Amino acid sequence: MNDALFLHRIHFAFTITFHYLFPQLTMGLAPLIVVLKTLAIRTGNEAYDESVRFWTKIFGINFALGVVTGIPMEFQFGTNWAQFSRLTGGVIGQPLAMEGTFSFFLESAFLGLFLYGEKRLGKWGHWWAGFLVFLGSWISGFFIIVADAWMQHPVAYTRLSNGGFSVSSFWGLLTNPWGLIQYAHNMSGAVVTGAFVMAGVGAFYLLQQKFVEHARIFLRVGVVAGIAASLWQVFPSGDLHGKYMARNQPVTTAAMEGLFKSQTGAPIVILGQPDEEHQRIDNPIIANKVLSFLVYGTTTAEVQGLNAFPKDQWPTNIPLLYFSYHVMVGLGTIFVAVMALAAFLLWRRKLYVSPWMLWVILLCVPFPYIANTAGWLTAEVGRQPWLVYGLLRTNQGYSTNVIAGNSMFTLLGYMGLYLVLGILFLFLIQREIGQGPALPGAGDVRAGAPITRT
Amino acid sequence: MEPVWFVLVAVMIIAYVVLDGFDLGAGVLHLLIARTEEERVTVIRTIGSVWDGNEVWLIAGGGTLYFAFPLLYASSFSGFYLPLNIVLWLLVLRGIGIEFRMHIENHLWRSLFDGFFAISSALLAIFFGAALGNVVRGVPLGADHFFFEPLWTNLRPGADTGILDWYTCGAAALALVALIVHGALYVALKTEGAVNEKSRKLARRLQPLLIVLTALGVPVTAVVRPRTMHNFREYPLAYVIPLAVAVSLAAMWTFERQAREKAAFLSSCAYIVAMLAGVAVALYPSLLPSSGDPARDITIYNAATGEYALRVGLIWWALGMGLAFGYFVFVYRMFRGKVRPEEGHGY
Repeated sequence: MNDALFLHRIHFAFTITFHYLFPQLTMGLAPLIVVLKTLAIRTGNEAYDESVRFWTKIFGINFALGVVTGIPMEFQFGTNWAQFSRLTGGVIGQPLAMEGTFSFFLESAFLGLFLYGEKRLGKWGHWWAGFLVFLGSWISGFFIIVADAWMQHPVAYTRLSNGGFSVSSFWGLLTNPWGLIQYAHNMSGAVVTGAFVMAGVGAFYLLQQKFVEHARIFLRVGVVAGIAASLWQVFPSGDLHGKYMARNQPVTTAAMEGLFKSQTGAPIVILGQPDEEHQRIDNPIIANKVLSFLVYGTTTAEVQGLNAFPKDQWPTNIPLLYFSYHVMVGLGTIFVAVMALAAFLLWRRKLYVSPWMLWVILLCVPFPYIANTAGWLTAEVGRQPWLVYGLLRTNQGYSTNVIAGNSMFTLLGYMGLYLVLGILFLFLIQREIGQGPALPGAGDVRAGAPITRT
Repeated sequence: MEPVWFVLVAVMIIAYVVLDGFDLGAGVLHLLIARTEEERVTVIRTIGSVWDGNEVWLIAGGGTLYFAFPLLYASSFSGFYLPLNIVLWLLVLRGIGIEFRMHIENHLWRSLFDGFFAISSALLAIFFGAALGNVVRGVPLGADHFFFEPLWTNLRPGADTGILDWYTCGAAALALVALIVHGALYVALKTEGAVNEKSRKLARRLQPLLIVLTALGVPVTAVVRPRTMHNFREYPLAYVIPLAVAVSLAAMWTFERQAREKAAFLSSCAYIVAMLAGVAVALYPSLLPSSGDPARDITIYNAATGEYALRVGLIWWALGMGLAFGYFVFVYRMFRGKVRPEEGHGY
């Protein structure tokens, strides 16, 4: 517990995990709000405008928390991972600086206009403000993925005489194949969260017979976006990601799948607990030859197991990696099933009158958050024992001049602060959902206008 | 390429201090002069649409520093571990204070968030001042260019320094006063009526103190770290900077008394730019000087990343900054003029 490396790792893991609860909704909700705004302009139906205002308020609260929990991230590379920063700044620093200059300036300039400028801007001006905020949030996501992808799959770098890494090809870094695949996978993951939250709030209202017209809009938009994003999540983005990973981090794939021994016609483990000590899966439910097929397109191919690699290359926490991956994949599959069923009912015009389906959608709301978190855990735990895959080990990257006690102190500080932030967030969000999509003219919280419908 | 990036990073930091500086100052004023709910809303609305964008300069500046001078980023952020984390917590509280206060119409709720906003703003001004003081004074860099400073030791700027000693506390006081004046002039520019009068009065009252602290700053700095005078002796042209400081202070004083609000605020901007430019000149080519052996200084040469990265960086940096400049002009034009209560909605 008092090991400095361990504390620095938990420090980063905790702050980034908490932070990413917010941007995933920001990035997922932004395109859906643009869709709602487009529908509002095209149909002239006031219910769409009210829906936009409602989701804009949720978006604003969520965005604020994303910003304030994001600021520490930009600095934490330096505070807790100084050796890593010293060595990799010439590469990682570039996407981070570009995120600031190309995304955050854009977002911050148009966010205020988007949140509070509906009257001032007119309908198309407001549409553009929303679109630019959406664009900014997706650009931001791209640069973060570029940074992470370089750590997963370093490309386009040279070594300097002082041991550091520096970019050797600007486009090579930005078009890292790992990054493009990861971006495709990550962004649809965010849309899944946005879609389930929107549809879930719709289901919540409809089950209570409140705001019925708005609830139907939320369900319609949420379910259509949800089925598209959750399918994309599995295929092609998830499939490509898995294949690319198996070729570039085969030992990670072996650990994720719980494949201890190399075999031809390797099976896929659907359920079961990895037992590291005995090198086997307990109470397994497996599908024969499926892993070989998924990775190499043929049921007879050989997939390398953990035994094909020296132990010092193995991911350091195999059970965590295995469970994160299985939770992600399991939930991803469930999302497809839920959204497909909901989309079918929507098509048959039965969704709004099927309380059981509304219940399922409502209860599903927390799970995309879990799946996104598990997905990131898979990526980052799977990269271990490396900080930069094959180049820099995690135990070479932390701040050796920051003692464990100081890391403990600030970790506790962040935990306390974020607990308060989390409570505030839930309180404000439940308040907005309780008030619901307001009547025309009553939608502005800032003005302190009374909300007539409660 | 390295000197160019020294200038670019300096420009970003200066832009941050000038822009977020008036936000922080307005935050401190918030409790000092705004008493009623209406006055407080007015103060918040002067910065409401711009504070987030202003703070992006800190993030973008941090990212740029990380990219161009990785060693500086790594060494200073880990060496200033405790104060930097406290700064981050304060930034969190301040952001929450501004964004969440309006969500609930209840005076206890609003007072709580007003408190977060004002106190964290004041502490941030103090911490930023102390940080700058540390950079000017130098830090105990080891042979590997790393260091770690506790919050304080014996409060003396000797060999075994802490973040706070009498010199850096002085820098903190100067920063606090300068940013309150800066914020007051900004709030005056953006408001009418009681808030305008009270903030102008506060600016007038603090100006003599600001002049005294500024005038004390130069000789004291020369004593604490004589090397800061080196560039000024080598290039006497650099004395134009202290001259600019004096002129901008005089202009601030005069314009304020003539009720020329915009000119007074711009003078305050010029004062901050000149002060920080003076610091940059005093440091160059060091980025973070050693309080001991000068050979251990982190300089633009031992901290910079590769030549290609810096060269290509110039292109995207210029493009990104061009866009950012465009957004800023757009936003400040959208919200130009005085904040008027009858506009009602939002900012």
